[in-house]
Amino acid sequence: MTHPPDTPAPPARARDPVPGGAAGDAAAVPVLEIDRLAVTFDSRAGPVPAVVDVSLTVAAGESVALVGESGCGKSTVAMAVMRHLGRSGRIAGGTVRFKGRDLTALSAAELRAVRGREIAMVYQEPFAALNPGLTVATQLAEVPMVHEGLDTAAAIARARDMLCLVRVADPDRVLGAYPHQLSGGQQQRVVIAMALLSRPALLLCDEPTTALDVTVEAGIVALIGEIKRTLGTSVLFISHNLGLVREVADRVCVMYAGAVVEDGPVADVFADRVHPYTRGLFDCIPTPGTDKRARPLSAIPGRLPLPQERPAGCAFAPRCRHALPGRCDAGAVALAPRRGRPDHAVRCARADEPLTPDGASAAREAAPADQGEVVLTIDGMRKYYPVHDRSLLGLVGRRGVRWVKANESLSFVAHRRQTVAIVGESGCGKSTVAKVLMGLETATDGRVAFRGDELARRPVRKRTPDQLGALQMVFQNPTDTLNPSVSVGAQIRRVITKLGLVRDPAVAERRMFELLDLVKLPRGFARRKPRQLSGGQKQRVGIARAFAGTPSLVVADEPLSALDVSVQAAVTQLLIELQRSRDTTLLFISHDLMLVRYLADHIIVMYLGRIMEQGPVATLFDPPYHPYTEALLSAVPIADAGIGKRRILLEGVLPSALDPPAGCPFASRCPRKLSSICDTTPPPVQRVSERHTITCHIPLDELSRVGPVFYPLGGAPQPEAAD
Amino acid sequence: MRDTTIDPDRRRSPLAAAAGELGRGFALIGESPVGVVGLALVLFWVAVAVLAPVIAPYPPNAQYLPFAPPGSAHPDGGLFWLGADHLGRDVLSRIIWGARTVLIFAPLATGAAFVVGVGLGLVAGYQRGWIDDLLSRIGDLILSFPVLVLYVVVITTFGASAINIVIAVTFASAPGIMRIVRGLTLDLRNRDYVAAAQTRGESAWFIMVREILPNARGPMIVDACLRLGYVIITIGVLGFLGLGLPPPDPDWGGMINETRGMALYAPHMSVFPCLAISSLVLGFNLLADGVREVAMRE
Repeated sequence: MTHPPDTPAPPARARDPVPGGAAGDAAAVPVLEIDRLAVTFDSRAGPVPAVVDVSLTVAAGESVALVGESGCGKSTVAMAVMRHLGRSGRIAGGTVRFKGRDLTALSAAELRAVRGREIAMVYQEPFAALNPGLTVATQLAEVPMVHEGLDTAAAIARARDMLCLVRVADPDRVLGAYPHQLSGGQQQRVVIAMALLSRPALLLCDEPTTALDVTVEAGIVALIGEIKRTLGTSVLFISHNLGLVREVADRVCVMYAGAVVEDGPVADVFADRVHPYTRGLFDCIPTPGTDKRARPLSAIPGRLPLPQERPAGCAFAPRCRHALPGRCDAGAVALAPRRGRPDHAVRCARADEPLTPDGASAAREAAPADQGEVVLTIDGMRKYYPVHDRSLLGLVGRRGVRWVKANESLSFVAHRRQTVAIVGESGCGKSTVAKVLMGLETATDGRVAFRGDELARRPVRKRTPDQLGALQMVFQNPTDTLNPSVSVGAQIRRVITKLGLVRDPAVAERRMFELLDLVKLPRGFARRKPRQLSGGQKQRVGIARAFAGTPSLVVADEPLSALDVSVQAAVTQLLIELQRSRDTTLLFISHDLMLVRYLADHIIVMYLGRIMEQGPVATLFDPPYHPYTEALLSAVPIADAGIGKRRILLEGVLPSALDPPAGCPFASRCPRKLSSICDTTPPPVQRVSERHTITCHIPLDELSRVGPVFYPLGGAPQPEAAD
Repeated sequence: MRDTTIDPDRRRSPLAAAAGELGRGFALIGESPVGVVGLALVLFWVAVAVLAPVIAPYPPNAQYLPFAPPGSAHPDGGLFWLGADHLGRDVLSRIIWGARTVLIFAPLATGAAFVVGVGLGLVAGYQRGWIDDLLSRIGDLILSFPVLVLYVVVITTFGASAINIVIAVTFASAPGIMRIVRGLTLDLRNRDYVAAAQTRGESAWFIMVREILPNARGPMIVDACLRLGYVIITIGVLGFLGLGLPPPDPDWGGMINETRGMALYAPHMSVFPCLAISSLVLGFNLLADGVREVAMRE
């Protein structure tokens, strides 16, 4: 469904701060009122103050977002509201009022009546929130049966109505299904349906879409907005994603080190952010307005202090460019409304002073590096995984082997010094490309020419040290990327000696230290074990390891997806720097279109193992789009308040790679599907320009008539991508 | 094929590194009360075994006063603290010397079982394919026999001797260890650092020994402690069945066996060796619990 362009900015209704207005109205009693909440966990090493000072208010029918990076205490706030802090956690101060009642003073029995009935929670991992041993019907029906004493038939009927409300495509099938038979998006809808069954006044959503793909996320976000509008449910939305906050919330509270540092209406905070931490966060995320050459991302220096070692005074001061000694570290800074803006509060000693703008520190770089020679050519590469039918019937019936078509006829080239990005949702086969390239898997068919060597069917054991060193990889998961038993230095040294670069241990040692310098880690880290490093630091070691052998091509498989945004920005910049200084080609695999737009020169969009569209970054983000690219772009939450976007919600689920459609793989979900030709005939590759191709049945000139997904709001001209 | 290039870090001072690791282990165990009790019991018996020549009041095989009850006077002065057995040997001295037997052969047998089990488990889990199928099926076959029958078969075939006890325990325990290690390997081989090792061209041996094995050590240590307890019982049972160490050297299981017919008349002769076995097994089990508790917390 394509909607006409509308303003995606959240409705500016909800909360009316005009004094004297709406006095005596029922809405005047906020649904949730948290006042100077402090939560402490008792640990072996002493008390850990996870939350020190959080105040926020959620009015009836309002949606408030709590944003911050991991470890800032945002989930602890949700747990404190549910009074679910475990044995070691306790509310050390402040009050939590729900419809005027103090939740901190309720008895266990009273609490049970509130939990799940008046306050419901939606969790990050939908699969973990559902009982795998019970059908959806049983789990959903339990809620009205327990809370309202309904009989089974009535409860199941209610459950079915609720599934319809959360727009589950086939409610009767879903009712009879077990959780593992549903997709992640369907599971999350079931969890939301379960939360809504008792018609709660407040819905707590703790990162409800983090585990989901971006097109699925867009559907869930739209659903939460709809619930708020139609049912009048208040929502407390916990997230680390500023773009998402802009789409779902009316108000936003930014948390840092256990305290709210900025609180105000989304429109105000996004347009005129005050606290240096909030500003820093915004400078860390790529938006359609950022460009690695014109405005590089700027990371927040330093790291989040542990709860036990927070500095006196402003907790952010040690990382703040504007901190003034004697002023910012003098004593606790209070959350105070801005001058003349009673609705927008900031916890900053210099809140009312004009501060110099952050970011944009690096000078504008020269035009992008020239295209070097071709380093990698992939031509008609296919990778099928066999699935053996081990059932008795399979053995008797000789149905034999079926194939999962992970990659189907991929063709692309990568030049020297170029960043080629592969984007797509989970299951699109993007990681398989990396495995085949690295030799961890061999291709079923086709060619992979790397610097003149044919590698498609040469597994890693059969590659020469030169080939190994020239082709290295940065892995996704920071906790997994390093061997936990071996010191950081030894792991880097091992790569140096193993790739045959250096024989002399002393020289290897020096090279190892140089590599640590290169990734901006202190040399003392060489002696540390991986567990003593943060996620971002581990990823840096992983990068040092990949660049140890002076590679010509580095494959980076989602190297940033597990990191916080401020760390992400720093690691992104590091990758860009290294790539430039080493003339390396980077094959960057990601699901994050904005990051890819920022980082890449050439983008490949994959769906169900096939390339749907590929082209230079400069033209890919403008029409003509492949309908899938268009939907993918539209699903990306954008934090930039100056940019509007057209919404396209995809329906249906990803077809199985075991049994892909005969025609276009995207036909089953395509909002622009033409006719049966899309189902039956594979689409042709249409050439937009020399390097930009779209694989679609729709004629190019028709695709060109589609409006852009992103457009500037309020007339302010947006800087478009350079070149 | 053997990988000879060992990480320089380890080459420098493997002993110091191991000592550091051990010290850290002891410090961690200190956080679990159960583990401390277990460790204390185990260390008590280790000390007894080491100091046997010093603390044992009499030679273990010397015959004095048959059936002397606990606390009765010794002809050469002093006391039979725990009495004497049917041949007039001091029970306390025999328990003290018997601790040596148990604390040498139980760890030896367990160690041998681990070497075999870990090696096979790593290969099966890392290489997969037919070799995994073959090893796993053979393991299943051995595990499907009752353990005691296996012991009896092995020892009656090869004769009762210390080495054959080790062989029997290895034969019966290795498949279980292999299963555990194979399971851990199946999980660890999918880690990114294993892929990183593969993409820099490491041999399969290096990956198994340096990338996978050290990271499987937590569950393996727990299993080793538990298994040590079982092996102590096993050695006791073998002694009881007359398949243990040949007499007259003291062996806890043998002591119970020799005196069980007279247990009603002179219970002290078998009760005290029983207590010795139980306390040592309990020590290892509690230690295993402690290790697990600490490992979970880390």
